[in-house]
Amino acid sequence: MHLDWTALGEVAAVSVGVTVAAVVVFALGVLGLARVEAARDDATGGDALGFAQATLCFLGCAAVVAYGIYLIVPQFH
Amino acid sequence: MIFAGLVGAILWNLLTWLLGLPSSSSHALFGGLIGAVWVGAGEQGVHFDKAAEKILIPAVASPIVAGVAALLATYLAYRITARAREKSVTRGFRLGQIASASLVSPAHGTNDAQKTMGVITLTLISAGALGHDAGPPVWVIASAGLAIGLGTYLGGRRIIRTMGKGLTDIRSPQGFAAEAASTTVILASAHLGFALSTTQVCSGGILGAGLGRKLAEVRWGTAGRMAVAWLVTLPAAALVGGVSASVVKHGGTFGTVVIALVAVAVASFIVAASRRNPVHASNVNDHHEVTVRTATPAGVGTAA
Repeated sequence: MHLDWTALGEVAAVSVGVTVAAVVVFALGVLGLARVEAARDDATGGDALGFAQATLCFLGCAAVVAYGIYLIVPQFH
Repeated sequence: MIFAGLVGAILWNLLTWLLGLPSSSSHALFGGLIGAVWVGAGEQGVHFDKAAEKILIPAVASPIVAGVAALLATYLAYRITARAREKSVTRGFRLGQIASASLVSPAHGTNDAQKTMGVITLTLISAGALGHDAGPPVWVIASAGLAIGLGTYLGGRRIIRTMGKGLTDIRSPQGFAAEAASTTVILASAHLGFALSTTQVCSGGILGAGLGRKLAEVRWGTAGRMAVAWLVTLPAAALVGGVSASVVKHGGTFGTVVIALVAVAVASFIVAASRRNPVHASNVNDHHEVTVRTATPAGVGTAA
């Protein structure tokens, strides 16, 4: 029986890597968002840094999602 | 032969669905086909090497990979957002879940819908309705998609209860992590032609997410029952498929009709039994047990 361990390892590594990266980036985005909301409630105005962080992170996640859809739909290849 | 295989797969899937256990329809399909081919064409008709390489190894590996990925992701997500306000965090992840859950569906479709289409096309080719190298026609693609959607809509909530409440109590960050892990694992392995089970990948992801949140309790009893159901799925469906195939082979048209009638009878019995204790949108999150009040129709899958 021939087993393609390289392919299996590749799948495992890519899956774990992409998942952890995407979730961490999203969590950072949520953190930025929470900071913006906290600042708004404290009446100290907005939190520009938090807002920028949230925007960047959510854009990053959107890019990953777009790449995933690109991989699924064969017409894009 | 394909008919016998399908009977094996369908009956086994319905039975586990009644018990609220997410079993793999892919493995039931493989099991049913393997059993039917074994009886119909003999042992040499089954490529066991191929089966082990493409089914067994991914079956063991994929839930573990999804679980590890979800575990790490959940742990980090909680770690990062620990100091932020819980209300904002929950809302953020809940919105994110809309995107991640939507992504699970196409990933699920790339995997499972293809198998359904493959089997239907195979039937059409063997019946002579299609040429030998024909691809699946549009109506097959459309009906396979529609059938999967309808089945999820009608019966999915029994499984939702087991997955969302039975294994562990899922909060929105965990759900997000589990869905992200499931999607990437399915897509990555679909790329390399591993026929893995989306059911098992999602279960692995949810277990991992449960372990990643501190103090979250994982109900190992439910997880164990699911694992047993997975182990039994392939051989049980193979057995039903094999028995059906031998009846069809020796009984001719009469045998086919008998098997079809028995299958319909068992299927309606299972649906009727599920009616006694329905799980619907308003009570799906109430309990963590999916109960069947009537005596469990034990061995119904193998007796058919």
